[in-house]
Amino acid sequence: MNFSNLFFLKEEVSLIVVMVFLLLFDLFATGKIRRYFHLIACVALGGHLLYNLQPLAEAKAFGGMYVNSPVISLVKSVLEAGALIVFMQAGNWLAGEKASIKRGEFYVLMLSTLLGMFFMLSSGNFLLFFIGVETASVPMAALVAFDKYRQNAAEAGAKYILSAVFASGLMLYGVSLIYGTVGSLYFEDIPAGIVGNPIQLMAFVFFFVGMGFKISLVPFHLWTADVYEGAPTAVTSYLSVVSKGAAVFVLMMILYKVFAPIAEQWQSMLYLIILLTITVANLFALRQRNLKRFMAFSSVSQAGYLMLAVISGTAVGMASLVFYVLVYLCSNLGVFGVISVIEQRTGKVDMEDYNGLYQTNPRLSVLMMLSLFSLAGIPPFAGFFSKFFVFMSAAGTGFYVLVLLALINTIVSLYYYLLVVKAMFINKNDTPIAAFRSDNYTRVSLVMCLLGVLFLGIFSVVYEQFSLVAWGM
Amino acid sequence: MNFLSLFVAIPVLMMLVLLVSRSLNGIRAVMVTGATLLLGLAVMLVYMYIGERGAGNSAEMLFCADRLWFEPLNIHYVVGVDGISVVMLLLSAVIVFTGVFASWRLAVQQKEYFMWFCLLATGVFGFFISIDLFTMFLFYEVALIPMYLLIGVWGSGRKEYAAMKLTLMLMGGSAFLLVGILGIYFHSAPEGGSYTMNLLEIARVHIPVSAQRLFFPLTFLGFGVLGALFPFHTWSPDGHASAPTAVSMLHAGVLMKLGGYGCFRVAIYLMPEAAKELSWIFIVLTGISVVYGAYSAIVQKDLKYINAYSSVSHCGLVLFAILMLNRTAMTGAVLQMLSHGLMTALFFALIGMIYSRTHTRSIEEMGGLMRVMPFLSVCYVIAGLASLGLPGLSGFVAEMTVFVGAFEHADTFHRVMTVVAATSIVITAVYILRVVGRLLYGNVLNPAHLSLKDATWDERFAVVCLIIAVAGIGLAPGWIADLISGSVLPVVGHLG
Repeated sequence: MNFSNLFFLKEEVSLIVVMVFLLLFDLFATGKIRRYFHLIACVALGGHLLYNLQPLAEAKAFGGMYVNSPVISLVKSVLEAGALIVFMQAGNWLAGEKASIKRGEFYVLMLSTLLGMFFMLSSGNFLLFFIGVETASVPMAALVAFDKYRQNAAEAGAKYILSAVFASGLMLYGVSLIYGTVGSLYFEDIPAGIVGNPIQLMAFVFFFVGMGFKISLVPFHLWTADVYEGAPTAVTSYLSVVSKGAAVFVLMMILYKVFAPIAEQWQSMLYLIILLTITVANLFALRQRNLKRFMAFSSVSQAGYLMLAVISGTAVGMASLVFYVLVYLCSNLGVFGVISVIEQRTGKVDMEDYNGLYQTNPRLSVLMMLSLFSLAGIPPFAGFFSKFFVFMSAAGTGFYVLVLLALINTIVSLYYYLLVVKAMFINKNDTPIAAFRSDNYTRVSLVMCLLGVLFLGIFSVVYEQFSLVAWGM
Repeated sequence: MNFLSLFVAIPVLMMLVLLVSRSLNGIRAVMVTGATLLLGLAVMLVYMYIGERGAGNSAEMLFCADRLWFEPLNIHYVVGVDGISVVMLLLSAVIVFTGVFASWRLAVQQKEYFMWFCLLATGVFGFFISIDLFTMFLFYEVALIPMYLLIGVWGSGRKEYAAMKLTLMLMGGSAFLLVGILGIYFHSAPEGGSYTMNLLEIARVHIPVSAQRLFFPLTFLGFGVLGALFPFHTWSPDGHASAPTAVSMLHAGVLMKLGGYGCFRVAIYLMPEAAKELSWIFIVLTGISVVYGAYSAIVQKDLKYINAYSSVSHCGLVLFAILMLNRTAMTGAVLQMLSHGLMTALFFALIGMIYSRTHTRSIEEMGGLMRVMPFLSVCYVIAGLASLGLPGLSGFVAEMTVFVGAFEHADTFHRVMTVVAATSIVITAVYILRVVGRLLYGNVLNPAHLSLKDATWDERFAVVCLIIAVAGIGLAPGWIADLISGSVLPVVGHLG
């Protein structure tokens, strides 16, 4: 066995080390040191993030099964930053009596899904890709059903695992058909064999359905609202940002690398799907009153914008996508952070309960407002820049009508984001949520999100880093 | 840092200082200091600009500074001014300054109000100094969202409805504008080379006419929504009526001019062929704006609605003049922007002061105010006379130039439209004089009004500043007209 190959898997191996350490800690640590479990978990993950911050050079391992490149390393770091923020925001909930006994499982399960995503991103072969997808999905189902005795959560978990397994099955069928027509599963070798005959197109559609489920594109989004509502808020935020971001990026890479010969076909398909996704999600979000369901539909529409960067097919598209994922991470986790901390204190998740929040909790309201403005694409927040660049990449390939329709949809989305702002700042309430002080972990994570939302756009250095390493079709 | 960037840096600094202010007097002090600084800066800029031009500097834009921002996309932070920008900056500084005094006695949450006000000012100033399309669009959008909160929290009447309608419609306009800008960007290098967002560079390049035909309407429409182009003007009456006084002043006075300025600087400057081909559609629409706005003002009973529709009519005239595509009319357009900006700010300030005393804006419930509040009433009369174009006040200078320029076109279509637009002068006179007569003269309808106090020192100061500006331009417009006319030349030359 050639152990030198393992050196290329530095990110994955170090993540496994962290996972095993946390598992062993959970099993064997007793007494006073156990109180620092959350701190140790966050520090371990933070240390891992810093250790792997430097993007790795292009490398192949295990005969081309595993690939790494600077942009892939950067995306892994972005996703891991998201996981770290989710960890921090989950602290208070995990310390509660119902969850604390399963705390170690939470960390290990979440890191397993992250590991699965890392393999998915670094795959050079459909087999490793599939292993990555499954490793990212199955523990996620366990996470969704974490509060298993709450009826909502058990239902959400069941819906998630059944839909995920079905989608994976379809995806695998598509992959097998590709293998049947091309004769290889390696991403390098397949493009030469893609000729666009009906079987291959059908196989591509099946593959896309599997990925579309993970990204929650319309019409594969039906699981999103119920799962987001039923899962614990930390898991919801993780699903909406990290899971989605990984899936979108890997889909982009596969479309650019493997399916480049049939670019016209998948671009026309994506055109329709983007339109459907953004429109349907916006229309459904208008009527939601439960904030978690509301954010679920908002995330579905954001996935539509992400796909706008994919349809462009250029390096600008890839750079804009990675930048958008990072900005979306900060904005969405900011919103979910506020939702989560208010849910932990008062158990309330309805928009009506947020009426008059500015009177009692001004800083939380302002943070929520800034994150929502970033999601809507209002300058000078980072969301404006990320949306502008994504639109720019799609327009660069000539999809002006699509960009116009997407922009008209941003108006609708602005309306429902403003509904929350209106509730907090304008609506009157005789009994607003009482003033409280969030715990330190939440504060740190919210400050990180705020800094991201405020400065990622104005300081161009981040976008330029992504631009340097991105590649197109 | 280039001194032009101070126009953006000062409001941002004001916001940061307001964040840590505690007392009401501290907040007022910050606002007055900042607004005075900005006004001083604008006046100094005018002086320096005239000096530079007098010394023979004939570069298109002066005091430029360029800083690379997003290198992969060739987006720069470029700033520079020409005569028109200088005039607009002066207008904005004056209105921000008087707006601070008009909000002196705000009752609730003053800190947050002034912070949003500063953000609004940042967007406005940044828009006028930018030469890069991306930066212009960024500042344009920055000026959009504070309106929602300013109207929604501190407004009156149907404020939530008005705020949401205004925000969504203006965002709709900017949606079209963004596609237009992206279209211009991706056609800015027809002979090869890299795409650019820089206005001056794009103006030198010739954008293919087929692309121009597609993107000119989108861009003009995008800016036109903010400039009250019929039929996208419907956000304006409700928005202005529900907004607090200083916000209406700033919005009608300055923000609506962003639309006119954008149409001029981006749509017509960069896409001259399409402008010549397609201007007739927009001339019809703006002609309708001018007349329809005036007619709508006649039937209103609420003072603010009258003024809001009047603004639709006057801003429609701005766009109408720009579309005439000749030097005189475009000079008139900018003069009208300046004149109407000051006038409408004056009107809204006065209406706000009257409303805060009588607690009604309906002209059916008020009368004979000249006897009760002589200072405010005399100022209202002056504002009314300026609005209907009395010689000696700024309205006359602007409208005269616009109609002379519009009439220079010898063909039937332009002449007919000019006559149609000119009828608005008569209609304006009708509604202005009617309101002045009913509101200020005659009998006092409500006995409670007899005990109302006249203007306080802060109110007098704001109003007098604006009246001096309006009368000054009306009596001595030559220096401003020369300033503007010189800068209109490049655009007209492009069209020629």
